[in-house]
Amino acid sequence: MPRVKVARKSTAIDMTAMCDVAFLLLTFFILTAKPKVDDPSKAEVPASSKEVTVPEDNLMTISIGKEDKIFLSFSGNDVRTETLKTMGELYHVDFTPAEINRFSNTEVFGVPMKELKQFLNTPVSDQKSFQQTGIPADTTINNELSNWILNARKADNALHGKDYSIAIKGDRLEEYPAVNTVISVLGHQKLFKFDLITTLRAAPKK
Amino acid sequence: MAELDTSGGGKHKGGKVRSKKASTRVDLTAMVDLAFLLITFFMFTTTLNKPKAMNLAMPDNSVKQSNLPVAETRTMTILLGSHNKLEWYMGLPGKSAPTVDGYGPNGLRKALIDNQKQVAASHAAPDNTLIVLIKPSDKSTYENLVNVLDEMSITNVQSYAIVKILPIELEALKSQNLY
Repeated sequence: MPRVKVARKSTAIDMTAMCDVAFLLLTFFILTAKPKVDDPSKAEVPASSKEVTVPEDNLMTISIGKEDKIFLSFSGNDVRTETLKTMGELYHVDFTPAEINRFSNTEVFGVPMKELKQFLNTPVSDQKSFQQTGIPADTTINNELSNWILNARKADNALHGKDYSIAIKGDRLEEYPAVNTVISVLGHQKLFKFDLITTLRAAPKK
Repeated sequence: MAELDTSGGGKHKGGKVRSKKASTRVDLTAMVDLAFLLITFFMFTTTLNKPKAMNLAMPDNSVKQSNLPVAETRTMTILLGSHNKLEWYMGLPGKSAPTVDGYGPNGLRKALIDNQKQVAASHAAPDNTLIVLIKPSDKSTYENLVNVLDEMSITNVQSYAIVKILPIELEALKSQNLY
């Protein structure tokens, strides 16, 4: 009597479908990925029940961090290049092409004009530990912050024909005068509508 | 790894020597491993929760506008003081003693709703909505301001503005140790 042989089944699983799905997801995440920009202002934003999202592109964010330090961030590498050139002329600082290139890739900055050259020459690895002192600002018409904003808006208008949406990101425990300074700087440029960045708090029951 | 050799090659004794057919299947395990690793990486690095924002419109102070006559009984002034406390009063400054209140559902929100009802009852439509003036003092925090603005949207106050605080109102805050 021959022994009844049980047909041995292969333990191999067809991985093609799984592989397909994995790569589809991977492609999706790569394409939608927008790396987190490290925010040097370390602002801890307050919560509100508003659910309006901040526009993603063409945005200028003014962050008010601890100790009233003001940081500025505006989108568009080409706009940043143009703005730095204009600001260099205005404050009589000559920037090398390397420094301009570096600035165009810097998302957020918060240094006065006289320290900007030093900031841009700091190696990328040391930039995190660079003590940014914030952009000087006051309630007058002519100060560094307002010139940055004005020139960035001009450059954005010339290059893209758009005007920035303005967002203010303030630290929770920031005292009001710092916020008032920023609002009045914007007011001098006839910017009266802006977004205050907040985190979402569960909407209260009415 | 995931493929198990079940061909049982080498058992044929005698007969023709057949060239062993190579399997066309590729081991995908490593590839899938890598793909999932990358997926995990991108999932963790992307910002899924977009920052939320509240819109704020400041009055255009460069244009001198004719002032509309508004009943003072309709205006409620909120003074933001230190220590997360606020004071509010109805009408003109100095006329009535301000009430010290806190932020949150039982403090400011209750006061706002009460005043809204009171104004709606004592004034003729359509001018029977509450007008709120928000006056942050230098000792109040940004969070206080955002909280008050948030209460405005929660209680559905349509007309409100952020106004510079007056010296007499600072005195009122000082008398309550809120400045």
